[in-house]
Amino acid sequence: MISYIIKRVVMMIPILFGISVLSFAIMYAAPGKPAIMNLDPEIPPEVRESQIERLGLNDPIPVQYVRWLGNVVQGDFGTSYSRKIPVTDMILDRLPNTLLLMASSLFIAAIIAIPFGVISATRQYSLTDYGVTMGSFVGLATPNFWLGIMLIMLFSVQLGWTPVGGVATIGAEFSIIDRLHHLILPAFVLATADMAGLTRYTRSSMLEVVNQDYIRTARAKGFRERRVIYKHGLRNGLIPVITMFGLMLPTMIGGSAIVESVFNWPGIGKMFIDATFQRDYPVIMAITMFGALLTVIGNLIADILYAVLDPRIEY
Amino acid sequence: MSAQQQPQLGKFGHGVEDKQVLGERRSLLSIIVAKFFQNKLAVFGLVMLTIITIACVLAPYLAPHDPAYQNLRNRLDAPSAEHWLGTDHLGRDLFSRMLYGGQVSLYVGFASMLGAVTIGAVIGAVAGYFGGLVDAFLMRLVDIILAFPNIFLLITLVAILDPSINILILVFALLSWTGTARVVRGEFLSLKKREFVLASRTIGMSNIRIIFSQILPNALGPVIVAATLAVGSFILAESALSFFGLGVQPPNASWGNMLTDSQSITIFRNAWWYPTFPGLLILITVLCFNFIGDGLRDALDPRVVEK
Repeated sequence: MISYIIKRVVMMIPILFGISVLSFAIMYAAPGKPAIMNLDPEIPPEVRESQIERLGLNDPIPVQYVRWLGNVVQGDFGTSYSRKIPVTDMILDRLPNTLLLMASSLFIAAIIAIPFGVISATRQYSLTDYGVTMGSFVGLATPNFWLGIMLIMLFSVQLGWTPVGGVATIGAEFSIIDRLHHLILPAFVLATADMAGLTRYTRSSMLEVVNQDYIRTARAKGFRERRVIYKHGLRNGLIPVITMFGLMLPTMIGGSAIVESVFNWPGIGKMFIDATFQRDYPVIMAITMFGALLTVIGNLIADILYAVLDPRIEY
Repeated sequence: MSAQQQPQLGKFGHGVEDKQVLGERRSLLSIIVAKFFQNKLAVFGLVMLTIITIACVLAPYLAPHDPAYQNLRNRLDAPSAEHWLGTDHLGRDLFSRMLYGGQVSLYVGFASMLGAVTIGAVIGAVAGYFGGLVDAFLMRLVDIILAFPNIFLLITLVAILDPSINILILVFALLSWTGTARVVRGEFLSLKKREFVLASRTIGMSNIRIIFSQILPNALGPVIVAATLAVGSFILAESALSFFGLGVQPPNASWGNMLTDSQSITIFRNAWWYPTFPGLLILITVLCFNFIGDGLRDALDPRVVEK
């Protein structure tokens, strides 16, 4: 087991290297040489030149890459152009909001998608099954940002049930209810991105399980259907589903950019979209790399979970 | 299938006997087409999509109004006989704009698909055919690109390169070939060991010809499925990017950027049609592509038997 994990981690190294090279290349190719933009445009050309020299921007590209990588590894992503403060601080400041949103979405996706998938599988080709399948088709085809707009229009503006955006009522004291009130719509919209896939996945995994011999044995012993499915079937059927959560991380992070912007949710996704308009490249690249890192970690978690949960897997 | 096709000798020249042995003689294509048309959702998707595409292409003839004509006295008019789907915040006819916007959205979807599928097929074919180091390198490249959350990398590149329709297509194609590459590579890994490849090699065919004229046609099935689903996903991506102002730029209308200005409390309160219809059209179009893709997948899979 340990050796498997070590092997998996070692396999990540070339990918992480590739991610860093690609990120650096994009940063380097960005118009207006990022680091120069941070200098005061008023200073005379000679001073400017010496500044550039001092910042090491005339060094060969590989040297610049190694220096940049050294900083990144230590958690230094440079300084934001627009706000002139370290990017790392900005991210850490906003990260809790995004994590809260993502965790809530995962929860919502799980409690909606898994039961639907199971019911769909146990009643294959029934009306319910077709309904669930149709639902996931529609879910996959719905633009996330538009669903957000529709829900804001309906629930926030027309019905007045939920706030139109933000994490909490401004100026109000902290209250869980108020937080949940703000959280429910964005978390639901973000969850829909993965719900369709998760439902289909649960369905096919359960379908495989309910045709196994031990399910027939359980039925033959005279157990009630409910017990056969939920006690004997579900435990095995959910193994591959749990690993799905690791794979859902990337779509969640990507989706957070859209959902946070629509709902004015101050997380790193919204920060990313805002930064693209200000051409704040250090912020853009830091968040992009951060997302890539989370993706790689998500895949790693999925693989390890799979090996841990299913003793039949040889590694 | 009707048994009453014109009487002709079977493949083995035995007429009736042949029919009994081989079942009816039907070309592979006709079997695939028949299987596809048995899938009601796929047929529905195809019909709807054809209507939408034709309507958008013929926008100059079908649109009841000039899509750019602003009439500030008709701002946010409700759907009526004059404006079928209402008007937007500048008094422009929503239906006409959706037809013209569809031209851009569908164009971006199809063009990006062509680019991505071409790159993916070539890279997948080369990786699968040659194997070894070439394969290892190309597949690591795929892993690296896939590691980035797609939307972040898309937005970063589009923002750096200045958003426009062509940049959008270029970036989509350059970042989205990975799925096709993996599928094609998988097909090549098994196909390259078959006898016809060996036969082609014995008669001295070059690698390039073997790859493109011998093996690739046999791997087209999954590529067609991936391509169909890709168009839908590109339309979704285009709409999201354009919605944020990072895609198709005004005055060009696209289904995504039409929604940008619909985000206001006044509109949400008084003009539900404005944000609703363009999004609904995106949903229906993407749904059609997914139905068709799903139908094609079943039709092209020999393991799925006709009902």
